[in-house]
Amino acid sequence: MSWFKRIKAGITTRTLEKKETPEGLWHKCASCKRIAPMKDHIERNYVCEKCGYHERIGSKDYFKILFDENQFTEINAGLVSDDPLNFSDTKKYTDRLEEAIKKTHLNDAVRTAYGKINSNDLMIACMDFSFIGGSMGSVMGEKISRAIDECIVKKTPLLVISKSGGARMMEAAFSLMQMAKTSSKLTLLSKEKIPYFSLMTDPTTGGVTASFAMLGDVNMAEPGALIGFAGPRVVKETIRKDLPKGFQTSEFVLEHGFLDFIIDRRQLKKRLTSLITFFKN
Amino acid sequence: MNYLDFEKPIEELTTLLEKTKEIASKGKVGVSKAIAELEEKLIQAKKDIYGNLTPWQRVQLSRHPDRPYSLEYIQSITDNTFIELFGDRNIGDDKAVVGGMGMVNGQTIMFIGQQKGSTTKQRQYRNFGMMNPEGYRKALRLMKLAEKFNKPVVTLIDTPGAYPGLEAEERGQGEAIARSIYEMSKLEIPVICIIIGEGASGGALGIGIGDRVLMLENTWYSVISPESCSSILWRSWDFKEKAADALKLTATDMLSLSLVDGIIPEPLGGAHSNHEEMFGIVKEYILNTLAELKKFTPAARIERRINRFSSMGVFIDLEKEMTPAEAASLNR
Ligand SMILES: [Zn+2]
Repeated sequence: MSWFKRIKAGITTRTLEKKETPEGLWHKCASCKRIAPMKDHIERNYVCEKCGYHERIGSKDYFKILFDENQFTEINAGLVSDDPLNFSDTKKYTDRLEEAIKKTHLNDAVRTAYGKINSNDLMIACMDFSFIGGSMGSVMGEKISRAIDECIVKKTPLLVISKSGGARMMEAAFSLMQMAKTSSKLTLLSKEKIPYFSLMTDPTTGGVTASFAMLGDVNMAEPGALIGFAGPRVVKETIRKDLPKGFQTSEFVLEHGFLDFIIDRRQLKKRLTSLITFFKN
Repeated sequence: MNYLDFEKPIEELTTLLEKTKEIASKGKVGVSKAIAELEEKLIQAKKDIYGNLTPWQRVQLSRHPDRPYSLEYIQSITDNTFIELFGDRNIGDDKAVVGGMGMVNGQTIMFIGQQKGSTTKQRQYRNFGMMNPEGYRKALRLMKLAEKFNKPVVTLIDTPGAYPGLEAEERGQGEAIARSIYEMSKLEIPVICIIIGEGASGGALGIGIGDRVLMLENTWYSVISPESCSSILWRSWDFKEKAADALKLTATDMLSLSLVDGIIPEPLGGAHSNHEEMFGIVKEYILNTLAELKKFTPAARIERRINRFSSMGVFIDLEKEMTPAEAASLNR
C-alpha cells in the first residue's frame, strides 16, 4: 500500500477506537513527589501546588487552558508528513510516523487553531512533544506558515507555544529549511504590525530556538524550561566540563536577556489577554 | 599536496609523471611519448574518480585539507582590493567569520565568509569555522551596512556548524541565528549565498538566506553532519557513509530537491587541485548572477526570496482527499 493510503487508513481507523485518557485519581509531582487529587492538579493547569513544577502538557491541554470554553477552530489538521527522501535508518521514517500517529492520536508535532481568549481573537500554534519529540519537519513549517497567512487575513495576533527537540532529521535539509520558511514568513506578519507572542516551554532547543521561537515581539517562557540552541549534552562534550547549575533554564535565558519574562502557566491566559489589549490600544 | 584514500591512484600517477619529467629535463631522449601517455592516464583517472563520487566522498572532499577557504576566494575575486571589517560593535570580533568590501569588475561587493584555518594553530584561531553569536551579529551588521549603501552581498558558507559552547549559549546562539535569518529575508540588496565547503545546519543557514543559493560541486548542505546523524539515529559513529547517502546532502541532490538554485562546477580534480581556476569560475558565477538579480526591484527580490523559502517542504494534505465526514475525524 502506498504511504498515502496507509496514513489515511491509519488516521481514520484510529478515530474509531475511543481514546481513554489514563488519568487516574491521584497525581504525583515528578519534582517534589507530592501527591494531589488529579482533579485539582488539572484545575491548576498541571502545575504543582507545592513546588510550582510545570508538568509537560500538549496542545489539547493548552487549547483548553487558553481558549474560552475550549472553543476553537483547528486549521490544516490534515497536513501529514510525506517521506520525500525515502528515509530509513534503523527504522523506516514512514514506520516511525505511522507509529507516532497511532500512539499519540495526533497527525504531527504541531496543531494550529484560532479562537477567543477572554473575548480576544488569537491564533495559536502549539507543539506536541509526544509526536517524535516535537521535531520540526515540513508539516510544522507549513502549518506555522499557513497560520501566519491566516493571521494576516484575519488581523489576528499569533501565539506559538514551542516544545521541541529541534529539527526532524529524517527530513534532512527540508527540515533545515523550515527555519528559513517560518522566519521569513514572520517578516510579513511584522510588516502588518500584527503581534507575535512566543512562549517557550520545556524543552525548546535546536532549530526551533534558532528560528521563530526567539523572534517574538514578546518572548516568554514557562518556569524551569530547558531553552537553548545546542543541547546540554553537546555543550558538555564541547567544553569537557560540568555545566553550571541552572544552565539553559528559563531563568538563565531571562538573566542573559533573551526573554521578556517568565510566566506561570496559571497566569498565562491573563497575561496574554493584557498583552493583546496593550498592543491593540 | 594531501591525498585522500580514494585519490591514491591520482597520487601515484602524479608522482610517476613528475619523475618522468625530471628524467626528461636531464636531457634523456625518448620519454616525451611516455609523458604524454601518463598525462592522458592522469586525466582519465581524474575523470573516473571525480565522475563517480559517493556522497561520503564528496563530504570528504568538502573538507579536503588543500581546499581553498573564504579569504583566499575573496582576495582573488576582488583582485586584492578587499578591505576587511571587524567586530559586531557589541562584544567582540569572531574570527570564524570574515567580512568586508572589495571591488569586482568595477562594482563594490560586501563579502562575508566562514573561515577555516589550514594549520593547527590557524584552525584553532578560526575556531574550525564554527561561529559564535557575535559572529552572526557581525555578519548581520555588515549586511546592513551594505544595504545602507546599496551594495550587493555575497556570503561564502563553510562551517561544520554553529559553535555549541557555553558562552555561545549565554550570548544567545539561537537568537543570533534566528535574527540573522529573519533580517536576511528582507534585505533590500541582492544576496548570493555560495556553499564552498561544508554547509552544516543552522550554523550555515544563519548566513544562507539569499536570492540565489549555489553549491560548489563537491560540497554538502544539510541539517546535520553524516557523523552526528549516524551517532544519533544509528547510535554509533560507524554509519556515516549510510547517513551521507540517506541525508541527500550533495549539490546534485539538493538541486534536484529544489532546495538550492544551482551548482558551480569545480575544476577536474576538485577545487583543491586548482585554486586559481576555481576562483575564476566562482567570480564568473557571482557576476552573472548579480547581473540577473539587478533586473528586479528590491521589493520584487524580497518577495521572490520569501516565496522561494516558503515553498520549501514536502507534505500530504489529507483534507483535500477526504470526504467531509472523514475530514471531521481529523480534528480530534
Ligand atoms: Zn511539586
